[in-house]
Amino acid sequence: MRDCYLGIDIGSISTKAAIIDADYRILSSCYIETNGNPIEAVKKAIKMVSIPENYVLRGIGTTGSARKLIGLLLNANIVKNEITAHAIGTLTFHPEVKTILEIGGQDSKVILIRNGMISDYAMNTLCAAGTGAFLSSQAKRLGIDVKEFGNIALESDNPVNIAARCTVFAESDLVHKAQVGYPKKDIVAGLCKSVVLNYLNNVCKGKRIEGPIIFQGGVSKNKGVVKYFEEELKQKILVDENGHLMGAIGVAILSSKAENKEYYDLNIENISFKTIGNECKGCTNRCELLRIYRNEELLDTWGSKCGKY
Amino acid sequence: MGSYGVPIYYLLTHILKNDIVKPREISSYTLELGSKYSPDFVCTPFKYTLGTMLESLEEGADFLIQLGGGCRYGYYHELQEQILKDLGYQFTMVNLISGGNRISIKKLLKEYPLEIRKKNLVRYLLITKKMVIYMDKIDAYIRKNRCYEKEIGAFNKLRDEMLTEFSNCKSYMHLRRVYRKYLKKMKNIPRRDVNKKIKVGIIGELYTLMEPKANEEIEQLLNERGIELKRYTNVTYLLFQKRKSVKKYLKNFFIKYRMGADALDNIHHTKELCEKGYDGIIHMKSSFCTPEIGAMPIIESVAQEYNVPVLFFSMDTHTSETGFLTRIEAFCDMLEMRKS
Repeated sequence: MRDCYLGIDIGSISTKAAIIDADYRILSSCYIETNGNPIEAVKKAIKMVSIPENYVLRGIGTTGSARKLIGLLLNANIVKNEITAHAIGTLTFHPEVKTILEIGGQDSKVILIRNGMISDYAMNTLCAAGTGAFLSSQAKRLGIDVKEFGNIALESDNPVNIAARCTVFAESDLVHKAQVGYPKKDIVAGLCKSVVLNYLNNVCKGKRIEGPIIFQGGVSKNKGVVKYFEEELKQKILVDENGHLMGAIGVAILSSKAENKEYYDLNIENISFKTIGNECKGCTNRCELLRIYRNEELLDTWGSKCGKY
Repeated sequence: MGSYGVPIYYLLTHILKNDIVKPREISSYTLELGSKYSPDFVCTPFKYTLGTMLESLEEGADFLIQLGGGCRYGYYHELQEQILKDLGYQFTMVNLISGGNRISIKKLLKEYPLEIRKKNLVRYLLITKKMVIYMDKIDAYIRKNRCYEKEIGAFNKLRDEMLTEFSNCKSYMHLRRVYRKYLKKMKNIPRRDVNKKIKVGIIGELYTLMEPKANEEIEQLLNERGIELKRYTNVTYLLFQKRKSVKKYLKNFFIKYRMGADALDNIHHTKELCEKGYDGIIHMKSSFCTPEIGAMPIIESVAQEYNVPVLFFSMDTHTSETGFLTRIEAFCDMLEMRKS
């Protein structure tokens, strides 16, 4: 029997799972939408990935915005933030990269790598302009499948300028451009370009971007965005076909390195998980408490500032 | 702001005959109350202080004291006074440092309804000054050592005990005895063995740094992760050392003019932290803090010269705790990886 490890990256928009072996080869993976319900998404994802014969699951790692919840439910042996997980995953497959650009559903970040380790990073702070969520909502508005978005953008030679400082204003500018009759492909290309400019001006402000550069996250599947990144940064941008899985792979690798390994089985389908949120009225802090139950058994309570719970 | 309520309350109860209302500790409700009546784009200290004022007025206060600073904070009391008066409260308000100049005690007593106990006035002023200095010294010691405590919470427990004893001090000597007793006790707290120490400097805007509720208790958080901290900004620095330091910085530093509030100090401290071999720097400010916004790019490039990572935070009423924790966690992971 050989060991294998499961990494799950539960993002705002999509949930990714990957099973790797001790040599960090991907044995099985899946990519599904979270649809605002991380527990159901994880149940579905676990059903889709399969542990090959002769393998036994020795570790589970979770990352992404729902990492803490899912980590608790699956009894994961490591729970890590997505920045570390992405960097570890990427460095395993591309040890030469010096900059990781990552645009996900809700957040975008840049990770600088020097001498094989993270040396600096930045994450978008205030606004979601220029993230995957923005692109997919605009695709819906224009009546285009978000998967086609990149290809349509590549057709255009003349991207329109879109004021993308803020999501809401970008949207009204886009509506205006559409109403005065700009062709759809130019608007789509303009959107891709505005994502790139916004990212470089906000997230990468003051950071030294050096090549080789790798681009990851759901938006890296969009060829239009990749093209404008190459244009702006004046160099080749690497896109890994498993780029969307890097977080899951990274945390699986971390799980294989963790000391507290156990034997897991993945039979969670019949277990019911429930979370109940309420506001504590004990003092004026009014903490939002979140109680997490597994089969009616209280696992943990989160959110208390005073330590009462 | 932080635990400075203890010395201030001590001073006011000892030198004034008037009744003193002890403000409630800052809670989420304070901020909620403050934000409700504040302009949205004003910086967070305005909202916190306005919230505290509202709470105190509800408890019957009729005289409010505000301490303006070197940035637009200096104008806040006028706006706050207007907002509170519009809400129908009856009170008088004074800003002790208006336009960068301290108000004279003579004027204070003549124009405002304060009844002062003349006996021992100077003595209590001096005791309070020393109390603040001792508190800041103990806090600096805690920041540096709490991360190695074996029993979690040992330092915090001693600190709370010390503050209670401070507020019952009768004399200068008494205060010193208490300070020495607790410093000794803290030195005897058992420590864990650590192979590699990680040291981080915290700089930024003063209110956000000094009020734990405004910075999501970042110091406690980092100490719990085993990180040693250094913070320059405290009341001792701002009131008693800043003036001298700034003169020194202007003479020997590559910036030749002041940038308002603590911007110049923070840039200089960045350089100092880098030179002293700190592993990382965290810069915190409240949103829309103009002097710090001006300082940030300079801090970033100074730190880049020394290859030290800087993490920037802008704290606001809308700051999500999750996002904050993710960034802190990643920063700590990064420092650990850089160190290994």
